[in-house]
Amino acid sequence: MNQRVRLSLLVVQIFVITLMVALLGRLFYLQVAASPIYKDAALSIQSRDVISPAIRGLIVDSSGIPLALNRVGLAITVDRIELDKQSDKGARVLGSISALLGLNYADVYRATRLCGELPKYDKAGCWTGSRYQPIPITKEADSEIALQIVERTSEYPGIGAIPVAIRNYPGYAQVNAAHELGYVGPVTEEDLSGKNGRSYYRSETIGKTGLEYQYDSFLRGTPGIRTVIVDRKESVTRESQNTQPISGNHLVTSLDVHLQAGVESALADAVRRARAGGRPADSGAAIVMDVRNGQILAMASYPTYDPNSWEKGLSVKDARALFSEKNGVPALSRSLQGLFAPASTFKSVSVIAAANAGYNLNAIYDCPSETQIGTRAFQNFDSKALGRISLKKGIAVSCDTLWYQIAYDEWVRDGGLRPKSDLNDYFFKAAEGFQVNKKTEIDLPSELSGRLANRQWRKDWYAENKDFYCNYKDRAAKNQLTPFLIELARENCLDGDKIRAGDAVNFSIGQGDTVITPLKLTQMYAAIANGGKILRPSVAKAIVSTDGRVIKKIGAKQLGTLPATKATLNFLQGALREVVTAGTGTGAFSGFPIAISGKTGTAQVFGKNANGTAKSDTSWFASYGPTQNPRYAVVMMVSQGGFGASVSGVGVRKIYEVLFGVTGSKVDPAKAIFPDGKPPIKIPKISPATKVKATN
Amino acid sequence: MSSLSARSIYRRRSRGSIFAGFDPILTGAVAVLLVIGTLLVYAATRDWYAANDLDPQYYLKRHVLNILIGVSLAWGATIIDYRLLRAYTPVVWGLGVLGLIIVLIPGLGAEINGATAWIALPGGFQIQPAELAKISIIVGMSMILSERTHDSDGPTSRDVLQALVVAGLPVVLILFQPDMGTVFIISAAVVTIIAISGASSRWVVALLLIAVLGAFGAAKTGVISSYQVNRLQSFVNPNADTQGSGYQLRQARITVGSGGLLGTGLFNGPQTNGRFVPEQQTDFIFTVAGEELGFLGSAGIVLLYLIILMRAFAIARRAGDPYGRLVATGVTAWFAFQIFENIGMTLGLMPMTGVPLPFLSYGGSSMFATLIGFGLLQNVHARHRG
Repeated sequence: MNQRVRLSLLVVQIFVITLMVALLGRLFYLQVAASPIYKDAALSIQSRDVISPAIRGLIVDSSGIPLALNRVGLAITVDRIELDKQSDKGARVLGSISALLGLNYADVYRATRLCGELPKYDKAGCWTGSRYQPIPITKEADSEIALQIVERTSEYPGIGAIPVAIRNYPGYAQVNAAHELGYVGPVTEEDLSGKNGRSYYRSETIGKTGLEYQYDSFLRGTPGIRTVIVDRKESVTRESQNTQPISGNHLVTSLDVHLQAGVESALADAVRRARAGGRPADSGAAIVMDVRNGQILAMASYPTYDPNSWEKGLSVKDARALFSEKNGVPALSRSLQGLFAPASTFKSVSVIAAANAGYNLNAIYDCPSETQIGTRAFQNFDSKALGRISLKKGIAVSCDTLWYQIAYDEWVRDGGLRPKSDLNDYFFKAAEGFQVNKKTEIDLPSELSGRLANRQWRKDWYAENKDFYCNYKDRAAKNQLTPFLIELARENCLDGDKIRAGDAVNFSIGQGDTVITPLKLTQMYAAIANGGKILRPSVAKAIVSTDGRVIKKIGAKQLGTLPATKATLNFLQGALREVVTAGTGTGAFSGFPIAISGKTGTAQVFGKNANGTAKSDTSWFASYGPTQNPRYAVVMMVSQGGFGASVSGVGVRKIYEVLFGVTGSKVDPAKAIFPDGKPPIKIPKISPATKVKATN
Repeated sequence: MSSLSARSIYRRRSRGSIFAGFDPILTGAVAVLLVIGTLLVYAATRDWYAANDLDPQYYLKRHVLNILIGVSLAWGATIIDYRLLRAYTPVVWGLGVLGLIIVLIPGLGAEINGATAWIALPGGFQIQPAELAKISIIVGMSMILSERTHDSDGPTSRDVLQALVVAGLPVVLILFQPDMGTVFIISAAVVTIIAISGASSRWVVALLLIAVLGAFGAAKTGVISSYQVNRLQSFVNPNADTQGSGYQLRQARITVGSGGLLGTGLFNGPQTNGRFVPEQQTDFIFTVAGEELGFLGSAGIVLLYLIILMRAFAIARRAGDPYGRLVATGVTAWFAFQIFENIGMTLGLMPMTGVPLPFLSYGGSSMFATLIGFGLLQNVHARHRG
């Protein structure tokens, strides 16, 4: 062997040693240096979580009567592992089970697909849980059919039947409360993404709106988690952890089932009466609040829907109907999402503004049929001239022109179209004191805040719309090119960023661009009744554990104080009483045995309905009672309902009748909602026995 | 290197006995690997077969049978005088080529994982001619390059060309299967044999250049099937494809990495028992060692291979004649590159190819071929100049 061959052999040998050392180095990296990463990866490959949902807590009224409970349903479930093993991937079994249950095969197919198995753009109805738990295709199977399936397992391999909890709103005393209770539904991919700041487990049922959403973290409980180790074929080889579900806590609300039912029927009745009078009456709201602590005792919105429709299986058509304009968008809660001009109910704000501006509340004011503001004449309501009257009388009979004069004078004092640097803005400041531009902070989701058309709002509005009004002839639709609208646009373009005289006088009678929710007005009148405290409204009273322990109490919270002296409030309270005794509310409350104070409101609405008719007025009645030692604030609003007194005033009277146990002009304390005249303070005992039989 | 001092010990011991010529270190290391391999094959298949209601010892039994057959073949390769083997070399080579042709005939060759590399035999057995072709190429090339028809120090260019034809025909046939892993291993062994044969170093440089250009050109012009390209691409980006070859590579790395320093213990690997790595008893057998025996166990296996290779180099260096030296070198290069290709693939250092791990993987043809290779090493060792 020559030298060169020897050398070649050595080179090859060194090369081979290098290769083996490279393997050792890589092995060290994978198994020692980077091992933790791979250990984690291995664990996530092998383990699967199976979620068993906890029993959801009850929602009860203030006396413990359930508003939301759990009913036992019979679920037909599909075992995907078993189905996937079949030669046709379970197509035959799914087909025959769909036929047996009378379900659409395509729907059943979708319902049994994991969300990842369906294309990105078309995931509706997919199963958000894992493959390792039975997938329900219906929760309300007929027990006969379920028995058939269980008995003939060879014919339906992979299909099972198990009892499941179904959320149910029993509707005790015909109560609906759909907007307040909300509803539950399966967790969606969007929910799981954590966009709403909450974390969920897959395949859980979660609260979607209302109290179900607001207090979901308490009601939902903690689901049980079984972690299984699987092999490549996804067969379970062993179990690595198994925690039992922990039932959710109960929610005690301040609602009262009987009062709620009464309020709902009073609202529906008001809508019916308005329609009988030829008004569209497209929607409405009614609220009863405890003026001492802000607790909501009843709250209704019209139109409404069946809160059980989700669990019954909502079709796409049903779901569309909930949001259709034609049906009045039943999904919308008018109480906290409906924004309407408050009209004369807003004069309570103006009283405080006038008092703060130094007007003598006991003086005599002129109430002509119209007031000349600049070049325009502003009419009194129905153009009636009432002559010289006291301010109190002016409120009772809802004179507009006296407010026009005061508001105009104050506007001029503040500089008119050239505002001074040190503005008094008594009217805007009074409204701000009532927190008109803020949310009430009720413990329900999706509340809208009111709109206070003050100087800042007008500036912002102008910045946004200037372009449109200043190029109106180019931008507007053809049918909007009427001489009046063109002139309006010209004015808006010219000085739309300023509070004009017309804006100021409209503001004083609750017209114009200022809009609020019925709940906001309830909060405002509760503050007038309780001596000036603006309280946060709340529906929940307490969270109670399944063993009866009170976990959390939701107490009263004061958000602010009205900018009024005691004397001003006393005057205002007296004036509101006179509305009922000798004013616009007299007819509605004639012969009513308990003293009530309130204010009517009839708000003009501009624009047209879909059928071309002009929109009818918004009917308001805001009140509190009893006048001495007020306990309840009651507000009703009927959109396009017409007069405040005849529609909402009468509706509010009916609510007080239920509340106090009044029949005609007689009081029967035994029939009153709260026999001792006070809503209960004690947290009721909740036991499974409290369950009331489902009435639907 | 301890071979200098070790040499005198075993030469003395081996003389005159039935174990004459057996290198005890080499034999011992191979024996240990065969035992480890048997346990790993059992660990890889036991739970999975039991879970699917099959005989959990199915692979174990067949593996042991393969070893027994392989050991007797090794015995035969050891005791036959390799000078006699030279006379049969054309027959061995011819049989290898014939097998490779039969594989390519539709109906006779069986396609597994995209490559037509097997001949199905009755009784569920399969033969992979490419494995046996490795031996015929090494033996054939060694014969041509060691015969001196003239008085020169090394083979002439004509010898080298002849040798390249001997290697080239089977390689082209294997390319048609296609089995890129085997082509890579044979090519590396061919270059090594020529380098050691004493041929001009220009040949070595030229062949290395051709190998690089060939690999590049094959990928470009599509000689390599899409199946091969997929495997190569998933080597570059193993996370791209979640179910195909990238899946296998990722699973393999996770399985090895999750073993950690000490491993989960034999038969206790959840990744292995869950059968997350496909082909685990054959091409991915090293992942079982990685997971269940940990760094200590799998590094131990690599060290055993290093011992075998070092012994093989020593045998080549001390071979009695050029033929023996070239055979020993060829076998060594074959083992070394196949070990590196297989473990390297498992660890993500090399692209994925279907190459079994010598002495460990389940599979008859591979086991027979590697044990015959081992026998040839012993044969050369027994007849070293002394």
